[in-house]
Amino acid sequence: MGIVRRNLTAYGFLCAALFCFTVFAWYPMVREFILSFQKTDLINPPDWVGLDNFKAAVRDPAFGEAWLNTVEFTLLALLCGYAVPFVVALVLNELRHARAYLRFVVYLPVMLPPIVAVLLFRWFFDPGPGLFNQVLGFLNLPPLAWLDSSSTALISLVIVSTWMNMGSATLIYLAALQNIPPELYEAAELDGAGIMRRIRHVTIPQTRLILLLMLMLQIVATMQVFIEPYMLTGGGPENATVSVAYLMYQFAFSQMNYGQAGALGMMLMIVLLVFAAFQLRTTREDA
Amino acid sequence: MISLGARAAAGRRRRAGRRASRPIEVQFRTIVSPHQLNSKWGRRVYWAVLVAVVVTFTLAFVFPLYWMVTGAMKSGEEIAQMPPTLFPADPSLDAFGEAWDLFDIGTLLKNTLFYALGGWLFSMAVDVAAAYALSKLRPVFGNVVLGAMLATLMIPPMVILIPLYVTIVDLNLLNNPWGLWFPAAANGFNIFLLKRFFDSIPRELIEAAQIDGAGPLRVLWSVVLPVSRPILGVVSIFTIVTAFKDFVLPLLVMTDSDRMTISVGLSQTAGAVTQNQIMAGLVITGIPMIIVFFVFQRHIMAGLTAGSIKG
Repeated sequence: MGIVRRNLTAYGFLCAALFCFTVFAWYPMVREFILSFQKTDLINPPDWVGLDNFKAAVRDPAFGEAWLNTVEFTLLALLCGYAVPFVVALVLNELRHARAYLRFVVYLPVMLPPIVAVLLFRWFFDPGPGLFNQVLGFLNLPPLAWLDSSSTALISLVIVSTWMNMGSATLIYLAALQNIPPELYEAAELDGAGIMRRIRHVTIPQTRLILLLMLMLQIVATMQVFIEPYMLTGGGPENATVSVAYLMYQFAFSQMNYGQAGALGMMLMIVLLVFAAFQLRTTREDA
Repeated sequence: MISLGARAAAGRRRRAGRRASRPIEVQFRTIVSPHQLNSKWGRRVYWAVLVAVVVTFTLAFVFPLYWMVTGAMKSGEEIAQMPPTLFPADPSLDAFGEAWDLFDIGTLLKNTLFYALGGWLFSMAVDVAAAYALSKLRPVFGNVVLGAMLATLMIPPMVILIPLYVTIVDLNLLNNPWGLWFPAAANGFNIFLLKRFFDSIPRELIEAAQIDGAGPLRVLWSVVLPVSRPILGVVSIFTIVTAFKDFVLPLLVMTDSDRMTISVGLSQTAGAVTQNQIMAGLVITGIPMIIVFFVFQRHIMAGLTAGSIKG
């Protein structure tokens, strides 16, 4: 086959993918940039407004709150969703029974559509007949307001998010733990290392790469939190659960201000790209 | 009664005896050494931890689902009752029928399956062809194209949601399944997984087919696809599951009530119905994914770890 012909066939095979990527992945990135400098309601022709969208987005009363909440949510979600799966995976890896059952059960919520988990937990959080307050009452503890109080609403969202997402992280860590050569543990044991020191000097260094990678992936994933505030709290009470992604949705679909949503999207993109770049660097250094 | 109790106690003793005599099997070495594990205390701690973990996991991950299913079987009054009943007093399936009608679940489920399966067929055709071209035909600038496709994985989906929506509006694809299928096919991760697998197919296999006079399409269909079954399975399941679970894009794109997906439909109607009807709706929505998980558990777990560790 001649070179020209080979290239033609190759791009023939590629053309559908090139179309999809160009229109629905690469162009929207450019479009976001353009959008953030325009005022548009998608009906009338757009106006160029310079930095007005950025100014309006920053001046929005919920702007600061949204970033704070997103950071707080991410930190809390990391505490539960990052450390807990690793510890759970460590324990699961030591067990010699019921492994298949435990793996199946921990991944079950990940398979459910998020709406199922979210609506199920909305019922659990109900301050009256909801499961959580009933359990607290059974244990003689005072009831909580869960989603209805600005002090517990965010942590309630973290609970839902952890429940429905921790399965995948757990199974990924479990696979990484199974790849650790057993000789390393034997050698550490011969050198007199106890269980804690084996974890510190063998397990953690051996899984360092995947731990770093998952940290970055989870930061990026949780910074985009949307369905939990959208379905459970509507950003309330008193903006206590407004996330950046939720505010972006509000700008676009409640205020019909797509430019302002685009400007906020640009800010979120820049923050997340910094994390992504950091992730790329740590992965490279290790490789 | 006495004899029954005695027999049970004897059984317990026998089981305990067997447990003590047989060492805990260790097929692979982990942090705790087999020796430690089979010491007197090691064994006690092991069984205590095992029981604690099994109980905790069951409470944390199975009990909420049990509560959902039994909630759907309770009556409207019973579900609002305090304290709640652990078992439905008078289990009935009425709420399922009511939910089916109220949410119009038949239509929603049909829509969701249509979008998921159509999106799967389209993305497989597009992504397999692209990965094959990049892996085996190796055109000029192939690596640049691949790099640009993989770069989209760095951009979180929520961030480009608004401009993607605007693009879909511009192309007049609102309430059109292609508004979901085109973006689904632009999946850098699928292309990455497929290309990596195609790269591992030996050259000789393909050259032999070419000597027999097979063109590129024939090679793809008769040589590459048959040996790629494992990866095609993994990519297929993930594509279908992702499409079925997707919420945000269908929320924006499929806005007509007779074109909504089941997730979006439930979210729109959930305020207007009783709790047991919502639970029935959730059970119906969750069942397809749980069946998929039961059937394809191995593929799903293999795909989860293959993609993330080596990627």
